[in-house]
Amino acid sequence: MGFSKHLNGVHVNHSKNTAGLPIIPMPAPEKVYIPMSQHIGAPCTPVVKVGDAVKTGQIIGDSDARTSAPIHSSVSGTVEAITQGMTQAGKIDTIVVIKSDGKRELADTVVPPEINSFEEFVAAVRASGVVGLGGAGFPMGTKFNIKPGTVEYLIINGAECEPYITVDHAAMLEFTRDIIDGIRATMKWLQIPKCYIGIEGNKPDAIAKFNELLKGDESIKVHELRQIYPQGAERVIIYETTGRIVSYGMIPWNAGCIVANVTSMLKMSHYLKTGLPLVSKYITVDGDIVVHPQNVLVPIGTPIADVIDFCGGLKEEPGKIILGGPMMGRATPSDEYSVCKSNSAILCFSKAFSNQRKETACINCGRCVAACPMSLMPARISRAFKDKDVEALKELDVLYCMDCGSCAYVCPARKPLNFEFRQAKAMVMEASKK
Amino acid sequence: MAERHTNLIVASAPHVVSPANTASIMRDVLIALIPALAVSVYVFGIRALMLSVCCVVFCVFFEWLSRRIMKRSNTIGDLSAAVTGLILAFNLPVRLPFWMAAVGCLIAIVVVKQLFGGLGQNFANPAIVGRITLFIGFASPMANWTITSRMSQAILSAAEVDATTGATPLALSAAGLPVPTNMEMFLGLINGSMGEISAAALLLGGIYLIVRKVISPAIPVSFLATVAVLSLVFGLDPIFQLCAGGVMLGAIFMATDYVTSPITTTGRIIFGIGCGVFTMLIRVYASYPEGVSFAILLMNILTPHIDRLTRHKTFKPAEGGASK
Repeated sequence: MGFSKHLNGVHVNHSKNTAGLPIIPMPAPEKVYIPMSQHIGAPCTPVVKVGDAVKTGQIIGDSDARTSAPIHSSVSGTVEAITQGMTQAGKIDTIVVIKSDGKRELADTVVPPEINSFEEFVAAVRASGVVGLGGAGFPMGTKFNIKPGTVEYLIINGAECEPYITVDHAAMLEFTRDIIDGIRATMKWLQIPKCYIGIEGNKPDAIAKFNELLKGDESIKVHELRQIYPQGAERVIIYETTGRIVSYGMIPWNAGCIVANVTSMLKMSHYLKTGLPLVSKYITVDGDIVVHPQNVLVPIGTPIADVIDFCGGLKEEPGKIILGGPMMGRATPSDEYSVCKSNSAILCFSKAFSNQRKETACINCGRCVAACPMSLMPARISRAFKDKDVEALKELDVLYCMDCGSCAYVCPARKPLNFEFRQAKAMVMEASKK
Repeated sequence: MAERHTNLIVASAPHVVSPANTASIMRDVLIALIPALAVSVYVFGIRALMLSVCCVVFCVFFEWLSRRIMKRSNTIGDLSAAVTGLILAFNLPVRLPFWMAAVGCLIAIVVVKQLFGGLGQNFANPAIVGRITLFIGFASPMANWTITSRMSQAILSAAEVDATTGATPLALSAAGLPVPTNMEMFLGLINGSMGEISAAALLLGGIYLIVRKVISPAIPVSFLATVAVLSLVFGLDPIFQLCAGGVMLGAIFMATDYVTSPITTTGRIIFGIGCGVFTMLIRVYASYPEGVSFAILLMNILTPHIDRLTRHKTFKPAEGGASK
């Protein structure tokens, strides 16, 4: 393709302290708390009652909506309660509480699906319960429910550009073959001729492993991404691999692409092979106060505190606990919430690390302008936001901001730029409704 | 049951930030100015250091005082006032009375910076306006160049002819007298404003700032290149033009002031070229021998317009739809 220009970004310390560590399965906790909304789209309705005996992999919540994904029990045991409660997303949600019997027995429904058509493939992907596991949480079954033959590129996102997180890396090394099998099945049923696996250059062993197993297959290519944040952002990885540009308000499909996170692809592949749906997540547990930073396979619904406990607990009182990476992850107010499908890391930081940074005046240094992957003018957007100038915000294309945080990361005045832009976007959208 | 923490700090991502902050950037600028200060003390003696300290102290004091009177937060910790003080000192002749230097500091910090809203809000470089005000208000003390034994023979000889004041290399050149050698010019064994004399020391500081990513090379390179090219066009010696007067100090430390220069690389290149063009036009055609500060001030005023013309194009397909 005739493109040579790269998108901007920032150099962030990789802090991949857990790289190379194996993924350790965590035993079932005493109780799991499984929210019915762990994805973008319609929340599920519980299909079990209090007192029901459930097994691992059994559906406990489902929805008829086009954009949704079923939710499965991650343990075997008894439904203890179905309550309304706060989730890590800060929303009130229906939560199914299951008391584990400690056996993690599999449900009878856990058998490999039979797939002979595109429709059956999409139904199986939906039944797997897999959603965008890189953090987006978009149901994979919905994403794949397109007209076959309308997509030219399948892009597998193995960038893992967030600092600290290493679970995608570990999964790519451990389950290379399964990932490739999932890719091949997707390409077959969706009739996609070409696939790029985008992996950041800081994971040469993963790149080498894929290249070795893909020898002779011209349709699937590994694309080594530059070591600069945010290569894993959807619009960035599409451009870096195919040269195509996805506009605001468009989805990758508009540009002939489908993007899937590498662990999503793996979990889907596991379902196709074994019938075991998404009941546990690979989680990197790290941060300056974690006693044993490591990668853990966590049953979904496990309280965050239990996961931290499994990793030896904390050396001191935490200041912040972040779900996801430090660039885009969410700081949770409490560790009593449970692990959800789209979590990939639990990062615990000391009070000293978490201290609020004092904001000072913008000095017009231009670091944000040089950092923005979307070539926006963050300093000017910030000024327009301060003036509540909706016209200017619109004209400055604030809606194209993808909230990657590169501008705020480099800002020497410590301005919470992308936080301002999130509010600015809401202002622009509110104004365009009128 | 694990220990629960239910009162954690909640803040918007990103949760990590790059190590550079405003104070660390200003500290780097101060460090980058040290070589030039050292040469200045070597050539002019200890008063160079005293005048520098005087300007820094007055600038920091005026910053503190004006913020206090306006009931605003104390900002001397960001070190920007200290940087302004040192750069202003570098623009003064070494024997300028302290009280006149203090007037320059007052203009720079109070009038140009704080009355416009403080750091980041001023449209012109405070040190430059401070210097220009002194230059016009105290014309003869501001042109009272000191001769010391460490200077070039060309300057010492010229001083014997006209013993009242030593002429700067640019003035010698304008009068058609012999000028110092290019090596003497480069090292700074000449007279002039105390911080501008040594191109070598200023370049050293500039390289430090570029390596530390405090400044981008866009402005210094385009500024210096324009001066060199126009020197050739006017039939002048480019090395002499680059090392004489305030070109190096201006290109590396004053034109690169974030607040008063464009925000994009393209804008910065235009800004640098503009500075170079105006500097050479003033040197060749105007009645002043030196034009760096006027050139930068003029480009400061044009900066908002350059910014408007050189805005980045958003990463999106030309038609607004998805591209194939």
